[in-house]
Amino acid sequence: MAPATRLVLLIGWIGYALLPWYLVEGMGLTRFGWLAGYPLGKAGSALALALSGQAPWLLPPGLALLAATAFAGSTNRRRTATVLIAAGALGMLLFFAQAFAIVLKDQGMPALAALLGGAGAAQRGMGGGAFLTLLSLLLLLCHGLAYRGVCRGDLFTTSSIGIVVLLIGLFIFFPVWIILKSALIEADGTFAPAAFFARFFDSTIWGLGCVTSGTNCGVAWNTLVLAVLCGVITTLLGLACALLILRTGMPGKRIMRALTVLPIITPPFVIGLALILLFGRAGAISTLLYEWFAIPRSRWLYGLPGVLLAQVLAFAPIAFLVLIGVVQGIAPSLEEASQTLGARRWQTFRTVTWPLLRPGIANAFLLGFVESMADFGNPLVLGGNFEVLSTKIFFAVVGASYNQGQAAVLAIILLAFTLGAFWIQQRWLGNRSYTTVTGKGDAGLPTPLPRRITWLAAAAIVPWVLLTVVIYLVILVGGFVRNMGRDFTPTLEHYRTGFAIDVSDGLFFEGSAWSSFFTTVKVAAISAPLTALIGLLTAYLLTRQRFHGRAALEFATMLSFAIPGTVLGVAYILAFNVPPIEITGTGLILVIAFVFRNMPVGVRSGIAGLSQIDKSLDEASTTLRARSFTTLTRVVLPLLKPALVSALVYSFVRSMTAVSAVIFLVSAEYNLSTAYIVGRVEAGEFGLAIAYSSALIVFMALGIVLIQLLVGERKLGRRSRVAAVAAPAPAPAIG
Amino acid sequence: MPEPSTKTGPASVEFRNVSMRYGAVTAVDNVSFTIEPGQLVTLLGPSGCGKTTTLRMIAGLEIASEGQILIGGKDVTKLSAADRDVSMVFQSYALFPHMSVLENAAYGPTVKGLGKDVAKQMALEKLALVGLKGFENRYPSELSGGQQQRVAVARALVLEPQVLLFDEPLSNLDAKLRRRVREEIRELQQKLNLTVAYVTHDQEEALAVSDRIIVMSNARIAQEGAPRDLYEAPANAFVADFIGDANILAVTVKSVLEGLAHVEIGEASVTLPARSLSAGPAKVAIRPEALLLSQTPAPGSLSGRIAKCAYLGNHLDIMVDTAIGELFVVRYGARQMWEPGTPVSVSFADTGVTLIPPG
Repeated sequence: MAPATRLVLLIGWIGYALLPWYLVEGMGLTRFGWLAGYPLGKAGSALALALSGQAPWLLPPGLALLAATAFAGSTNRRRTATVLIAAGALGMLLFFAQAFAIVLKDQGMPALAALLGGAGAAQRGMGGGAFLTLLSLLLLLCHGLAYRGVCRGDLFTTSSIGIVVLLIGLFIFFPVWIILKSALIEADGTFAPAAFFARFFDSTIWGLGCVTSGTNCGVAWNTLVLAVLCGVITTLLGLACALLILRTGMPGKRIMRALTVLPIITPPFVIGLALILLFGRAGAISTLLYEWFAIPRSRWLYGLPGVLLAQVLAFAPIAFLVLIGVVQGIAPSLEEASQTLGARRWQTFRTVTWPLLRPGIANAFLLGFVESMADFGNPLVLGGNFEVLSTKIFFAVVGASYNQGQAAVLAIILLAFTLGAFWIQQRWLGNRSYTTVTGKGDAGLPTPLPRRITWLAAAAIVPWVLLTVVIYLVILVGGFVRNMGRDFTPTLEHYRTGFAIDVSDGLFFEGSAWSSFFTTVKVAAISAPLTALIGLLTAYLLTRQRFHGRAALEFATMLSFAIPGTVLGVAYILAFNVPPIEITGTGLILVIAFVFRNMPVGVRSGIAGLSQIDKSLDEASTTLRARSFTTLTRVVLPLLKPALVSALVYSFVRSMTAVSAVIFLVSAEYNLSTAYIVGRVEAGEFGLAIAYSSALIVFMALGIVLIQLLVGERKLGRRSRVAAVAAPAPAPAIG
Repeated sequence: MPEPSTKTGPASVEFRNVSMRYGAVTAVDNVSFTIEPGQLVTLLGPSGCGKTTTLRMIAGLEIASEGQILIGGKDVTKLSAADRDVSMVFQSYALFPHMSVLENAAYGPTVKGLGKDVAKQMALEKLALVGLKGFENRYPSELSGGQQQRVAVARALVLEPQVLLFDEPLSNLDAKLRRRVREEIRELQQKLNLTVAYVTHDQEEALAVSDRIIVMSNARIAQEGAPRDLYEAPANAFVADFIGDANILAVTVKSVLEGLAHVEIGEASVTLPARSLSAGPAKVAIRPEALLLSQTPAPGSLSGRIAKCAYLGNHLDIMVDTAIGELFVVRYGARQMWEPGTPVSVSFADTGVTLIPPG
């Protein structure tokens, strides 16, 4: 048995025999009241509870550990492997059996509970001891498989796969399954497909009232129409901008690039908030129009137009980022070939450029579509009577009419929409991207844009850019004036309310925003490295290791990309509000939500980074006797620094700006900035909200710079070449 | 029999009925061979024949689907690459771009935990051996292709492995350098008494460096033997054609007497070693330099016409149309070009014409 396996056993015994098995309320390291009765009592260890007969169902995991320990000194690799696999698999099976069978009183699976010796018993949520025991059993199984030669006998690889699979299973598939279950099963535990169908086909979801009569349309149609419009408009704007920048002599390339970073560090609903300050009934521009031209103030902003406007402003830069890559990817020599064959500019554009662009455009559209579907902040702030799925889910969960079944049904519909879009993207576009960037240098010059397209594009771009600039001016200025739109007296009052620090009697963070701000930073700072770790590890496994079920794992990580935050949030409160995992209201659930919501970002940047690193480097390291772990830390990670930076930055920023998932999960003790700001908006305190938002934006910009400095550049002789491959510099296009 | 893992010099490599399958694709099909300690054995074959997969299975980078692999008499079939005492020089060299030459060479002992100073000493020693003294602090990107190759060799040698593997080590070098480096590799192998498995698709390279050659085709071993055996006594048409050029012709063995076969090649007839064939249809492999051209017809020769003649410096490549098909002929040292259409008579040299089994 390898030393690593003995360590795993030790961890298992610590979890099983020493640590408290259950999550104990009021746990802390300063006061030890919660330890009363140890090793029995609330904070009892599994070993003590099982042997004392209080919880006999906790005995099997211990027996599994015991069986494995009996072979700790064995040199017979085959037999040790068999014992480890059996102990790990059976131990985990019985662990999960007791965890799900015995939960709250009269819930769970009574028959199974009786079989395990726990008829009528109840358990609280699993804690540290249970977690370590489960981890140990899982790793024993993985080590056993490695001893059998799975994954070339590498302990680290099998263990990583095991951990990633368990985490994805527990924190993505289990919550989603709970949603499906709660849509079909009533609160009292009866199977009720009739209720499901009644809810599913409800006219508030699928009604066509806006077409047939003057009433509102169903929420599903609202969402769909909004998403399609948002997808189309963001794609067109992004395309126009990409073409103008790359194919004409238009100035301002750098400025456009900078503008695309801003929306990434802006919480999405802040755009909506700024729109209210501009165009709302008391907005600056509305007031102007009323006073100068006597145009009456109206509520046009609250509804489809406002939400659409906000989403377009928020997501068009993303489409631009996608499409600028696509436009750059078209080899100029193809267009030159067309021209030498006698085609004029417009013909070339129509017959060569446009068909090559098409897959990228479809991609950008689907991205805008999914982003709009998943958006929660803007519809909440601007929606008015115009309801979409994500807000409706929110009100079904937190509103006065609490309806878990309805929330689940709505979540399923939203999930079906996004998964459908995602499926189309993968199926239809997966094999159709015409990547025309090859390793060979392309000395061609991009063809200038036909004139009519140039004018069309410019006509679309200018208002967009102007509006974006005005919006950010509002965000910047809004926090420093008394009341945007009514009273432009400069003031620091909003910042004082939010961020006042009292130093008269020691350091005291007096402002109302500090608490949520610190929580947000803490949670983002904890979850960002975890996200990067799990994401890059998964990317490494997916690209560098061959194992059974690799395709399934890849699908699972991609699936988590398509789950809208609202759905994940609902799934988490439904799944983790009751034992065996009872963590709602803690900071832990926020961290977990961020990690698994942002994991696909880490996976993607990891895969992109790894595909640039020759696989033979890993193999060279392996043949020089390095284990996978050593290879990973000494060879792969140093070369992967850029991917590491982007994974860290994205997960940090996304954690700071996320609203949809966490608005369900925050509690009075653990409130987050975004949830706090949304609360201020709903209370009408726009000044404080906008001040807080701009503080967040500045903070995130600083955070990005800091991360980049901390991680540093990778030391690489041929770096310039790699960079050149990663982003082929387009030749300047002069029309 | 199992040897202790301490340094014991070169070890043998043995494959027993090894197969490698990826789903429905069989990359290596029931292959058995033995590499004796201290020998350089080449795995030779066209791309996709399974030679690199075989090498990677020795390294432990692929785990065989079936069969047994033994190194130094010890079963390593399920052992991972990191647990085998085998090093490899990669086709791309796979030098770590973020480490200096010294750090690259010292990587093996460093990750083995031998301590910085020991690792550095071992690395310097092997770098000196490959003639790279003074290049320690350069980065791989600052070296020429030949120097990078030497770093890769030095890095593989540092742990003094029982078996050293080369995966097409010369394919990224230009033709002149290729010849020099292959001689250096051979010298190093003999000086240090290493067991080496060497993959290449270049038959000339294989003939030049090997003690033995294993020719692979379609995931199986086509023939195994000393370079000279393979060239002079190919077991089948594939080997005859792959090692050196050959005209493969269908012929009839008229009779066999005391180990000599009487063979009709078109209108000509020759007597060849029977190689345990009996009368009936067979094939014959004729080396291009074993075909002799003259303008005066002789008995027992083929008549034909020159189809093409190309000047290649030290020799001429000539295509001759005959009744039994087009023949490829090479003439060394010839000054005279042959005009297309010239009638010629083709006769056979004493060596370079070999009977091979049909099919």
